[in-house]
Amino acid sequence: MPLAPEDRLPANLRPLKPERFGYEQARHLLWRAGFGGTPEQINTLASWGIERAVDYIVDFDKIEYPSPAADRFDPDIIRPLTPDEQRQLRIARQTQDEETVARFRLRDQQAKRDDRRQMRQIQQWWLTRMIESPRPLEEKLTLFWHGHFATSYRTIEDSYHMYLQNQLFRSHAAGNFGELLFQIIRDPAMLAYLDNDESRRDRPNENLARELMELFSLGVGNYTEMDIKEGARALTGYTFRDDEFVFLENNHDSGSKKILGKRGALDGDDFVTAILETRACSRFICTKLYRFFVKSVPAEWKDIPRESREVITDLASTMLRSRYEIRPVLRRLFLSEHFYHDQVMNEQVKSPVELVVGAVRSLHTPVRDLNILLEAMDLMGQNIFFPPSVKGWDGGRSWINTATLFVRQNILAFLLTGKKPVGYDSMADKQVYESEKLLSWLAETDPSAARDPQRVVDFLLRLTLGTAPPTARATLEEFVHDHGGALGRDMITALLLIITAMPEYQLC
Amino acid sequence: MNLHNNPSEARAYTRRDFLNSSLALASAAVTVPAFIQRSAYALPKPAWGMSSIPGVPEERILVVVQLSGGNDGLNTVVPFLDDLYYRARPSIALPREQVLELSGRGVDGVGLHRALAPIKNLYDNGLCSVVQGVGYPNPNRSHFKSMDIWHTADTTGTGDGWLGRYVDAECVGYGKGESGTAEQPAGQTKAVEPPVAIGRTAPLALMGRTTKPVSFETADLFRWTGQDVHEDLVKPYKTISERSVPADLDEHSTAAFLMRTSMDAQIASDSIRRAVAARPLVQYPNSQLAQQLSMVAKMIRAGVKTRVYYVTHSGFDTHSGQGGPFGRHANLLGQFAEAIQAFYRDLEAQDNAGRVLTMSFSEFGRRVAQNASQGTDHGTAAPMFLFGPMVNAGVIGRQPSLSDLDQGDLKFGLDFRSVYAGVLEDWLVADSKVVLEGSFRPAKVIRKA
Repeated sequence: MPLAPEDRLPANLRPLKPERFGYEQARHLLWRAGFGGTPEQINTLASWGIERAVDYIVDFDKIEYPSPAADRFDPDIIRPLTPDEQRQLRIARQTQDEETVARFRLRDQQAKRDDRRQMRQIQQWWLTRMIESPRPLEEKLTLFWHGHFATSYRTIEDSYHMYLQNQLFRSHAAGNFGELLFQIIRDPAMLAYLDNDESRRDRPNENLARELMELFSLGVGNYTEMDIKEGARALTGYTFRDDEFVFLENNHDSGSKKILGKRGALDGDDFVTAILETRACSRFICTKLYRFFVKSVPAEWKDIPRESREVITDLASTMLRSRYEIRPVLRRLFLSEHFYHDQVMNEQVKSPVELVVGAVRSLHTPVRDLNILLEAMDLMGQNIFFPPSVKGWDGGRSWINTATLFVRQNILAFLLTGKKPVGYDSMADKQVYESEKLLSWLAETDPSAARDPQRVVDFLLRLTLGTAPPTARATLEEFVHDHGGALGRDMITALLLIITAMPEYQLC
Repeated sequence: MNLHNNPSEARAYTRRDFLNSSLALASAAVTVPAFIQRSAYALPKPAWGMSSIPGVPEERILVVVQLSGGNDGLNTVVPFLDDLYYRARPSIALPREQVLELSGRGVDGVGLHRALAPIKNLYDNGLCSVVQGVGYPNPNRSHFKSMDIWHTADTTGTGDGWLGRYVDAECVGYGKGESGTAEQPAGQTKAVEPPVAIGRTAPLALMGRTTKPVSFETADLFRWTGQDVHEDLVKPYKTISERSVPADLDEHSTAAFLMRTSMDAQIASDSIRRAVAARPLVQYPNSQLAQQLSMVAKMIRAGVKTRVYYVTHSGFDTHSGQGGPFGRHANLLGQFAEAIQAFYRDLEAQDNAGRVLTMSFSEFGRRVAQNASQGTDHGTAAPMFLFGPMVNAGVIGRQPSLSDLDQGDLKFGLDFRSVYAGVLEDWLVADSKVVLEGSFRPAKVIRKA
């Protein structure tokens, strides 16, 4: 049966009618532009209406929240040897002073161990920030850029560089993509990850030039192998010293090049400029934003359904009109009917970060143990600061397989009850989850509702799933009934245990 | 309103926490929860020789070892008589005395990296076939694209995985539901279990139109632990996690996909956790690859009816500091060889070696010349290895020329899809034209009986 015209996914960005922005839509906005919300947050956004709600989410810089300090972590765990140390080591080697050489080697090994420990602390710090931030979209976009410009600690082994890169993503989160691209070819973590620090004028390393176009800005098919070779020449001399970008003029190939149709003695900035002037760039970035915020679409442009293609094209023009500003693109998207359509809402698989952070934020569970949360995220396929490759995380259905599904259920069981999953520890975390407090919003509006199993089951399902599927509703009501009908803390937690093990809980 | 979230307590990470959790990991395998006893999904008894397709020996198994990152073929199978090799690689070439020379009819001047001594041993015993110069036309040097090409057996790198298509097309009783189980009545013995990948992600190669692999890294986490909180939770959990997709739900929706996966998970959980809980018959090295292969061996021993297993060995993207006879690349090769050796010792001890063909590949080889960072950049053709008593032992195909290069890269002599076709036709007894969606002359990688 063909869909009525008004039921079809709109092939444009016309705004949602204000009266259609209610609880479900506010909940959807909180999930996609952040990590979900509590009943109070959902209802407040709904009462504000779409314009104010979207402004509040998108103009997050108006919300007071200190940026992380540069000295929050130790920059010098991994550092180059000082000239004095270099001399000592050189002399020790010449005089075969094995003791001194060994001391340097031990120092190096110790530094690597300390640095791995600091990397763990940085992971915990960021996870905590995502859980606590009053600007969820800022952290969500930082996560987006981390996946887009994927760089792994495993390769670069310098935790402070990973921290600096994370700050770079945060400071440009909803800012200008062009500026971010100019900065990324100066970012020590990226330069090391894609070997540009090893590139030589007479032997350019092509890794950064290739990924800059293939994965960061244009996509396969919008450049040639020759553009890569010439781009690699343009990027020679772009490297770093300790924690700072440096341009080594005498290692830079200043000869004439031709990249993406642009000719001249091009350097890295000219390379980036040539990319930004390429038609494919805004569409490529908007496709990735669309995939992250709206719905998963095929890799090949021609395979993307027409409605999504039109919307992406429209987003790309918005982006071009503002010269690569991200904020206007997101604002238009979050105000659109397309974004709140049935085919979009509750159709995206939560990433492991969204699952974990979202559970704590929307259900108000205790955090319990950041380390266990991080290990579970790793098992679910998303170890922050350790993306699997420069391609980042594939996302979408690729998060789900028969194995990750159990980890997903089990980490929720841990957050709700403190019961550590098998494989971690047999001890339970003793912190109590006051699950009954979730009902306070329901009780405020109608005190009798919080004692009515049907109302409570419906409320919990709409909070956690956005809908109340009939089978689930019946199963849960029967469960409450079989256990005497009382709706105390244990019962609410038990209901949440069952709901969060439902296949639908993996969606947002 | 405030979106600020103030969690009750964000406990600081301590080193002790970490140690506790790692220690616990080792001892958790002994837990056998009660619900594994359910009879409906009981593991079928091993029944070798019984066949789901007339004439196809069902007991045949393929294990794929993916060497991720682009393994340097020239330092794996070394042309030690060729001066061009030493000229192109002044600081990372293997000196002749570090090369294990391969013997055999028509084999001249090639040998294995010294770290591959265990494989040299298999080769000498007729259990290893080295396929030279494998690649494909218009090679792609992007890791991801080239990997997709190998996984899909399609030079555009799009479409389903080749092994997924094999299971879709060739395995009876399979492919009705998402993994051949959803629409079968409970208790009915399945002809074949889904392909199994050890690791966090499910490889594209195993993704068919209807086939989806089981993939896991730690079998202990392969069940819902919420049931341990209270036994009464089991019933509602089962009601919702094992329900079939409602008729009014679009079968292509993500929710329907999740429901099918959830059902598959319950079924796979039983048979696999039981298998993996056993002790291996031989000692394995500590490398990740060896541990993965040890799990595969245990599943084979337990009679899990999976025909395709997939394991991964990563880290071959040696752009810098690759090393020569020793160092980073040598370590990776050593881990590979030792893991394969332990795997076949285990299979011998189980009396299963004759059923198991192992095939290794990498998404590409590396450039002939080394770069300025004592490493090598992305290249093209490279060797593949096949292991097992059924292989056509020796060196297959010619060593690509080091003088006739394509912009500094080796020209391939054998299309990888010919190797796939040989494995499909002569080992798995499948129609390679159907599975590969094209006609490729099967390479003679399997010994004629």
